[in-house]
Amino acid sequence: MATVSTPIGEPIRRPERRVRLTYLNNGYGLRSWLFTLDHKRIAWLYLITITVAFMVGSIEATLIRLELLTPAGDLVQAENYSKLFTMHGITMIFLFLVPSIPAVLGNFFIPMMVGARDVAFPRLNLLSWYVYMLGALFLLAVMLLGGTDTGWTFYTPLSTTNYTQNVVPAAMGILIVGFSSILTGLNFLVTIHKMRAPGLTWFKMQLFLWSLYATSLIQVLATPVLAITLLLVAVERTLRVGIFDPALGGDPILFQHMFWFYSHPAVYIMILPGMGVISELISAFTRRNVFGYRFVAASSVAIAIYGFLVWGHHLFVAGQSVYSAMVFSVLSFFVAIPSAIKVFNWTATLYKASVWLQTPMLYAIGFIGLFVVGGLTGLFLAALATDVALSDTYFVVAHFHYVMVGGMLLAYLGGLHYWWPKMTGRMYPEFLGKLAAITVFLGFNLTFFPQFVAGALGMNRRYYSYDSSYQIYNVLSTAGSTILGVGFILPLFYLTWSLKFGKLAPDNPWGSAGLEWQSPTPPPPENFEEQPVVLHGPHHYTRKEVTVG
Amino acid sequence: MGVGASSVAFRVDSLFWWMTMLSVLISAGIAIALVTFAIKYRRRSPDEVPVQIEGALRLELTWTFIPLILSIITFVWAAILFVQMSRPEDDALEIFVQGRQWMWKAQHPTGQWENNELHVPVNQPVKLSMTSIDVIHNFAVPAFRVRQDVLPGRYTTLPFTATRPGVYNIFCSEFCGAFHSGMVGRVTVMEPREYQAWLSGATQMESPAATGQRLAQNLGCTTCHRDDNRRRAPSWVGLYGTQETLDTGETVTVDDEYIRESILYPQRKIVAGYARPSIMPTYQGQLDETQLAQIIAYIRSLGGMNQQQPGGDSSVPSTDATPGLEPNSGAPGGGAQDEP
Repeated sequence: MATVSTPIGEPIRRPERRVRLTYLNNGYGLRSWLFTLDHKRIAWLYLITITVAFMVGSIEATLIRLELLTPAGDLVQAENYSKLFTMHGITMIFLFLVPSIPAVLGNFFIPMMVGARDVAFPRLNLLSWYVYMLGALFLLAVMLLGGTDTGWTFYTPLSTTNYTQNVVPAAMGILIVGFSSILTGLNFLVTIHKMRAPGLTWFKMQLFLWSLYATSLIQVLATPVLAITLLLVAVERTLRVGIFDPALGGDPILFQHMFWFYSHPAVYIMILPGMGVISELISAFTRRNVFGYRFVAASSVAIAIYGFLVWGHHLFVAGQSVYSAMVFSVLSFFVAIPSAIKVFNWTATLYKASVWLQTPMLYAIGFIGLFVVGGLTGLFLAALATDVALSDTYFVVAHFHYVMVGGMLLAYLGGLHYWWPKMTGRMYPEFLGKLAAITVFLGFNLTFFPQFVAGALGMNRRYYSYDSSYQIYNVLSTAGSTILGVGFILPLFYLTWSLKFGKLAPDNPWGSAGLEWQSPTPPPPENFEEQPVVLHGPHHYTRKEVTVG
Repeated sequence: MGVGASSVAFRVDSLFWWMTMLSVLISAGIAIALVTFAIKYRRRSPDEVPVQIEGALRLELTWTFIPLILSIITFVWAAILFVQMSRPEDDALEIFVQGRQWMWKAQHPTGQWENNELHVPVNQPVKLSMTSIDVIHNFAVPAFRVRQDVLPGRYTTLPFTATRPGVYNIFCSEFCGAFHSGMVGRVTVMEPREYQAWLSGATQMESPAATGQRLAQNLGCTTCHRDDNRRRAPSWVGLYGTQETLDTGETVTVDDEYIRESILYPQRKIVAGYARPSIMPTYQGQLDETQLAQIIAYIRSLGGMNQQQPGGDSSVPSTDATPGLEPNSGAPGGGAQDEP
């Protein structure tokens, strides 16, 4: 037993860099990656595949924005426009956002943050990547067949009749990807429950663990409902069994209830991990435990629970009764409270702190700003009377892009920069990092803020051509999207560049108190050289003490 | 929010601007705090360790309860307004609307019909009784701040009162296939006498109820549903809007939805005292939505209790609807367009 006690700000530097076994030099062949059971290498498999998915989804978004530059539908045909926004939604949600933070950053760092050698079920972890790839292949096949055109929401009876194409392979692809999400969630739940290092009690866990725990809970409980729903769509479409289509005796509102029973909690699958990353970034770059740690931790679980009770707010104008609309409305207001608690606590953490404005912190501050806008505009849609005026308009589109892109994507990029040294052993170029972060923030706002205005003025979503009075907002939005595109391409280049040419990273370049930083950089295959024992609370900054031995 | 032209527009806009004001205040407060703290408390030396503040219960409670109270105020405000918006006036003018890929059809109670156009008198409560013959659509008039899904196999209602003469956009607001964005139309709000003039300028035609009567005779409905002999089937006279007890012991209100269901699925809800299985054949596949609405209009015209549904549940149309539509007849003077 040896207690290492280092003052903060003095990163542990190794005097000589001898060739040490790390998870990166532990085998070089393709087989050593494709059949690896190391959670850190599986995280890389996911990182590469979701980056490809993100690029595909971005190309689809680019074509959408170009089409909307002019009021007339002149760039692509109407059918192809429907396919573009459908495939954009499916690609971004199921192939990018849902797996992004959990499967990449979670996979890499959950075992390290609990002080374990790996996740609870390493083989299941690898399987979940292969399952994801199988589902992705289905969706790729759909794309090669010409795409599907129901909207990512698959509303019946549009999706179960011959008005639409390639619905069954798309539904099966999403169903398969869903199983990958369930397996990952299950693995994380067991890992967090059973693999914590000695001394790591629940309220000593880092906030990233709390939020990923809440996320996994939703993944395991809600995703099966999506699987059932999509299977029923496929059954109705192929066998003509009446489930959702009134012409066959079914109920189309039933579909919407079942679909949103998954898909609203899925919004929290997408944003909770982002909140976890932000808590880590705020803590590391202020050298503080997050203000009101227990409230922030508990709010993750509260969001996960409340998230299951608000799906009906997608049905206010769908023909649901006034009384159920009221219940869903009030519950939707309540789910905003734990999110507000997080925001206030993050902001308070900066008070009298030591704020270090490195790239990840810029992303974190940007996240809070954009998430506040995304969250508050959500309340316009939770309120019944304003939802009637704004439902299915660009106001909704802007709202969820503020949460998904302004929130989740910024958190992902911030987290990726923060942990990049640990993952690769190299530093990214700081100046380019800051430049990209600022570009993303400005480009994002220019792209999506005008959509709030267009939506409030009545422009409908999923419109291929539109009334010319809305053109100015669409021109601004398309202009913004080119800036946003630059902001995304920059990190793609400099992060790839840094893999070979970046400065060698010290073990803990940020002087972070996170347990994952207490191992060598890049980590050895077994994560820690010796079993860590946790003596202090989370994000402990007066002095950090990790007992090894 | 754009020009408001309905009785609820001002109230919806007030709520919208209240929420916008709160949102701007909250976002600005947080943004200012973040930027100020980030600059004021920036790291000045690499080994700086700040004072550790673990939290403050009083502060946590403050920023939990103040947003909670504001949320509840906003929820109540929005909910009350929503109930007012969803409840049709008793004297509302009934217009039947049918959505299909990719056009709107509307028929006025006096029989005139129009495509992708809707003429309504100003300051007169209107209630659209809507259904779709294919997929889900959504009838939205941004200037009226109203929007309601139009479902196949069901009736939904959309009440509004236009308060400002003019021409406003109608949009389909639920994705319904490739030409969703072409499913647009115009609503023309007119002075009442102009509306009357427009009605009389339109080709006079048989009312939906009269067509429904003919249909019911031709299909043989009235062979069993007679007022002078109620042994084989219930009489339609005075039936509409009454409560019937079923052979399962449940009660059901005889409304559009129930009549429609009984025509298409006669075995589902059989009135107590009649044979099960019912001797009535199904008319599924023999009647389209337009004809169903005409028969319902006929049954309604035979009288009955005129009671309003509680709560304005939009899935249960209220009882004085006048559905009915005459396809393939001449267009009225309202600039009706043919389907694309």
